[in-house]
Amino acid sequence: MQRMKTAPRRRLSLLIFGIFSLSLATAQAAAPTVFEGRLANGMRVLVQEDHRAPVVTSQVWYRVGSSDEPGGMTGISHMLEHMMFKGTKTLAPGKFSEIIAEKGGQENAFTSRDYTAYFQTLAREHLDTALRLEADRMRNLNLRAEDLAKEAEVVKEERRMRTDDNPNARLMEQFYAAAYLNGGYHHPIIGWMDDINQYDIDKLKHWYQAHYAPNNATLVVVGDVQPAEVMQLAQKYFAPLKPFKLKARDYREAIAQSGERRITLRAPAKLPALMMGYRVPSLLSASKDPSVEPWEIYALEVLAGVLDGGQSARLPKNLVRGEELAGEVSVGYSLDSRLSDLFTIAAIPSAQVEPAKLEQAIRQQLAQLRDTPVRADELKRVKAQVIAADVYGRDSVFYQAMRLGSYEASGLGYRRLDEIIPGIEAVTAEQVQAVARKYLVDDRLTVGVLDPLPMSAEQTAKTSSAAQGYSHVR
Amino acid sequence: MFAKRFTVAVLFLASVCASVAQAALPIQHWQTPQGVRVYFLQTHSLPMVDILVNFDAGSVRDDKTHGLASLTASLLDQGIQHAPGNGSPKDAQAIAEGFENIGASMGASASVDSATLSLRSLSDGERFESALKLFTSVMSHPSFPQDAFKRERERALLGLKAEQQQPDEVAQRAFFKALYGDHPYAWPANGDIDSVQALTLDQVRAFHTAHYVTAGMSVVMVGDLSRAQAEATAERLAASLPKGEAMPAIPAPQALKEAQAVHLPFPSAQASILVGQLGMSRDDPDYFPLYVGNHILGGSGFSSILMEEIREKRGLAYGVYSYLLPMQQPGPFLMGVQTKLDQGQQAESLMHANLLDFIKNGPSAKQLEHAKNNIIGGFPLRLDSNKDIAGWLSIMAIYQLPLDFLEQYPKHVATVTADSIRKAWQARIHPERMVSVTVGGAGEQPKAPATASPQASPGTP
Repeated sequence: MQRMKTAPRRRLSLLIFGIFSLSLATAQAAAPTVFEGRLANGMRVLVQEDHRAPVVTSQVWYRVGSSDEPGGMTGISHMLEHMMFKGTKTLAPGKFSEIIAEKGGQENAFTSRDYTAYFQTLAREHLDTALRLEADRMRNLNLRAEDLAKEAEVVKEERRMRTDDNPNARLMEQFYAAAYLNGGYHHPIIGWMDDINQYDIDKLKHWYQAHYAPNNATLVVVGDVQPAEVMQLAQKYFAPLKPFKLKARDYREAIAQSGERRITLRAPAKLPALMMGYRVPSLLSASKDPSVEPWEIYALEVLAGVLDGGQSARLPKNLVRGEELAGEVSVGYSLDSRLSDLFTIAAIPSAQVEPAKLEQAIRQQLAQLRDTPVRADELKRVKAQVIAADVYGRDSVFYQAMRLGSYEASGLGYRRLDEIIPGIEAVTAEQVQAVARKYLVDDRLTVGVLDPLPMSAEQTAKTSSAAQGYSHVR
Repeated sequence: MFAKRFTVAVLFLASVCASVAQAALPIQHWQTPQGVRVYFLQTHSLPMVDILVNFDAGSVRDDKTHGLASLTASLLDQGIQHAPGNGSPKDAQAIAEGFENIGASMGASASVDSATLSLRSLSDGERFESALKLFTSVMSHPSFPQDAFKRERERALLGLKAEQQQPDEVAQRAFFKALYGDHPYAWPANGDIDSVQALTLDQVRAFHTAHYVTAGMSVVMVGDLSRAQAEATAERLAASLPKGEAMPAIPAPQALKEAQAVHLPFPSAQASILVGQLGMSRDDPDYFPLYVGNHILGGSGFSSILMEEIREKRGLAYGVYSYLLPMQQPGPFLMGVQTKLDQGQQAESLMHANLLDFIKNGPSAKQLEHAKNNIIGGFPLRLDSNKDIAGWLSIMAIYQLPLDFLEQYPKHVATVTADSIRKAWQARIHPERMVSVTVGGAGEQPKAPATASPQASPGTP
């Protein structure tokens, strides 16, 4: 069945977050070993063997993302990601993709708030090609104004498609901007349209030169390979690259929230939508804040599972079934974010249900978590799902590389992955209650509501450009 | 949340048609005593099992009650009856807890050609047994409670409304409607608002009784089971259902007789444009020349002609593609692009011109070699996880493809020539009578069909 789409979001479902080692009961699938190497120029290399298929995935992770971007340059990390396919001093534009395709490979790249990553998945014998090409574009990118002019148009079309023409995505963008009045997470990854309009080649060159070097990157290889051969290739291609003088990464938290915030987006749409988010710490932000105990992070993760870890969890049980107030509801929490993040609840009200009524019902669900410890069977179920999700996560070579790379690039370090399962298994019902009391409180809350306007085209032409603050038809 | 260089959705579409093979995947195949076809790949590398069960219960069986197959599938896990061997009755909460307490998950959904139930579980004896027992009951003895029926129907309607605020979804719907007319492929599996509104619980019960039967059923298993366990599992699943009756063949859709242009106003910054016609069936004699040709034209992401001409050279769009969706009967061939409103005509003309050129001249030797290398060299990638393998076995099961389908695939691709592509495209693809859908803009002026250019398709007989 085709399920309704809810607002796209940073969702940390337990399934996605299968990064845990096994309990004793299923010890036959003990966590795979990660080989860790480092080149003389400071580049890190992680290798994990997986010999199920003659395939390898290779990923280069840079410690730069949208949360590093200053005002006026929002989205520049993502723009640079696009430009990384436009050729180097020795490789013509588009040639990178062509060579990988010729070898039967798949390749692409992605940018998040905390990192930018490039990947190729291909038959094992072609790893050499992937590493040679990645090393080349790490330092030799040929950034040309005429390529930027065209590719910026592509990015604007991407923004129109993903955000401007999607009312839930627009709500999300404005909701985050309201929840973070400043700091690295205030603006969207793709950038504000006005900033995209004003990129120039010097800005791109600056961003490239400031962040793309071996000592700001990690190579992650997972698949049908031996660590020694990967290190040999890394040595051959990446070791000759000169490191730069790395300055400490900016850490720009938003100012502390003290008081509830609300935004409304009125936009052409068929359905209202509700977003609620509470400012909470992440593993990394906790390490910088002495008022946060390390166990609180795992307790928040369990709390997310109690609310939305499968169809039996509280919100589907009580709000989708039960009271039938929501058509869809989902909870998000990313414990691996670089900065403190939001614990979010996104929901689409059932027909004839006002968003305000659904909001009250969600608040009641959260109040119960503050007032009463979760039941033993709920706690047990969340932990069982976490352990199973760890096994399922190993079915994907790409996913395994992804979790190693993202932990490295956010600054946590991949070794922290080993702490997650024990951390979650140790969480008690009292701890879940304690984090609900500490964090799920009105002073930390931002609420965003999508208030649908009629969808006639004429109506929108007006409201859309007014709401966006720019005109896309010039 | 990532901003990617190219949407996963479009890549996925490409991979739907991009079949793949690997030398001699040791697929085991047999029939249960009930005649249910079984496809099994044994792999002990991870302590887990994936099971997919397919029925001839897709939306092609909806008749006029569009959305019925889909609603029926979504209601299976909302309650189970008391029945011999399946323990006590359970409600939706008890079913969900039954799976989730042991880290298992199940799904059920209807596509156009079939309905599929899926189970993923850890493979250790106790957990797997418990998950399988519950899964079998959900499939064979759902109770279809009245309250769940009303709720899930309301949720299906919400989903349909949500689609109406997405210009690309609106375009898809209009495209299929215009292309297929009265044929069952005209409706997406989730039906439409009027039809879903009118569905009744009795219809759901009757649909389950008629279509969740061993006639037309197939079972796919991938993972950590012995052959004996797999045989016993398939037989339990099959034995839980009546024999039922095989469904009549799906009628062939009629090709378009003339070009058709649809323009729907929409409050969007972009125009969503789809252009196409009937494509190919799963057992189409021109399958490989059409498929490899489409790979070159618009099915291979950054390597494709449409991407090069419309995105890379001109920066007109983020996503532009073409695909052929092979189905039981001919699925669509279509080209799609999203671009800001005032560039819509330009982008559509370019798609059209490139299609005409491709049909007339076929691929260059270099393009063909590149495509073959990409498809053949990329085989192992598409079969590198239990989940992917299960997906392919399921396609083989639903469309009753030969057991050596995956093994033969690269060999078929290797035999495709520029000439065979040109011939197949000239015979089958007719730019002068395509459906062209544009969603976006105010829409006062009806648009002239872009496909009506006089020099269209000189090679078409």
